[in-house]
Amino acid sequence: MEFRIDRRNGVPAFQQIVQQTKQALRLGVLVPGDRLPTAKDVAEVSAVNPNTTLKAYRELEREGLVEPRPGKGTFVRRTLARPSASTDSPLYGELVAWVSRAAEAGLEQEDVAALVASAMEKQYAAGTETAATTTRSTGE
Amino acid sequence: MSNGMYAGDSALEAHGLGMRYRRGWALKDCSFRLPAGRICGLVGPNGAGKTTLLSIMAHVLEPTEGTLSVFGAAPGSVDSGRTSFLTQEKPLFRGFSVAETLRLGQELNPGWDQRTAEDIVRAGDVPFDAKIGTLSGGQRTRVALALALGKRPDLLLLDEPMSDLDPVARKELTGTLLAEAAEHGTTVLMSTHVLAELENVCDYLVVLSGGGVRLAGDVDELLSVHTMVTGAKEGEDLPASLAHHPLVESRISGRQFTALIRPDSPATGPWETDKPSMEELLLAYLRSPDALPLITPTAQAQDQDQAYNTRTVAA
Repeated sequence: MEFRIDRRNGVPAFQQIVQQTKQALRLGVLVPGDRLPTAKDVAEVSAVNPNTTLKAYRELEREGLVEPRPGKGTFVRRTLARPSASTDSPLYGELVAWVSRAAEAGLEQEDVAALVASAMEKQYAAGTETAATTTRSTGE
Repeated sequence: MSNGMYAGDSALEAHGLGMRYRRGWALKDCSFRLPAGRICGLVGPNGAGKTTLLSIMAHVLEPTEGTLSVFGAAPGSVDSGRTSFLTQEKPLFRGFSVAETLRLGQELNPGWDQRTAEDIVRAGDVPFDAKIGTLSGGQRTRVALALALGKRPDLLLLDEPMSDLDPVARKELTGTLLAEAAEHGTTVLMSTHVLAELENVCDYLVVLSGGGVRLAGDVDELLSVHTMVTGAKEGEDLPASLAHHPLVESRISGRQFTALIRPDSPATGPWETDKPSMEELLLAYLRSPDALPLITPTAQAQDQDQAYNTRTVAA
């Protein structure tokens, strides 16, 4: 596993490491029991400050995805791969069909991206709020 | 390496540090702290006092006023740990071979790490029997860095270390430097003009300008307390409702204004806000010598009584 740190895209390096690790967990590149590269390895290969890598690993640990084993390194605890999110799932098929209808309707790539982003925001921004409210009400 | 890293021991503490040369003050009333284990960028325009500050830390120069402690002790004393200082000139004996240069490092430094030094030289394919005088600038830098790291320093001071390296060697040597720092918990302070070189490499920053500290602190903290604002100008100036936020720098281009502010409260209004990049933050402070300096709590020199001796009274 090697992180590709883009110094120009404005996303902090530690977030890029978090995102790329999660992506690797989704794609099955990393599976439970795998060891993440050490802060020293990442520093050597990608010229990234070791404290940045440690910060990213603490964030992943907080989310329960990895665990540090003293003297051994940081290990993957659980995967993010979901069968329904793979490219041979029916959901993906529907999406491909929809994108092709959008293209037929004359939409440019940017228009499609904007629509998808907007729909995602509508679903997931509201979703988090509901989830938070539910948690709070069950907590009381 | 959890919280201790943030609040923990000081590698460097400067109290009212000043240095006067015949032509005037190169450094004046410089106070800041660098926690141990950090990789800190020292940034400033030419003549800002960077080399002077590094030389005082390396015990090459005595300050005219103020005090500096290295790991709680006087620079150069036994308790101040091992310090390596790689100067811009990278002085090496031209008539020595690479192997002889490393041998010298071994003879002069108890605790010398021959393997680390050799690995760094080997990674650049520099022949061990080549004379220093025949090496290219980049190869010489590599040997000098091997010498500095072979010493296994607690504090590594680098003055414009990568200036004569090509992009490939620069990335490779930066990686080596960071990996060594990660393994041994070395505190690194490196000066540079190339701001892009600092991004992702440094987790701490000290900005010097006009002989004084303009900005010091943890990179994430410094970035998070600043906001970049872009919008339409009001009349000939920034919107009046933005005026109560402390301003670092503003620019007007056509009908648009761009401002870097240090808001005390969320800066909401008819404009767009964004977090600055490290380069934007540094440029704004370097271009605005009159902006209010910012030294975050972890970068503030601690209680004067805890310094190893009392401060020389300034005139």
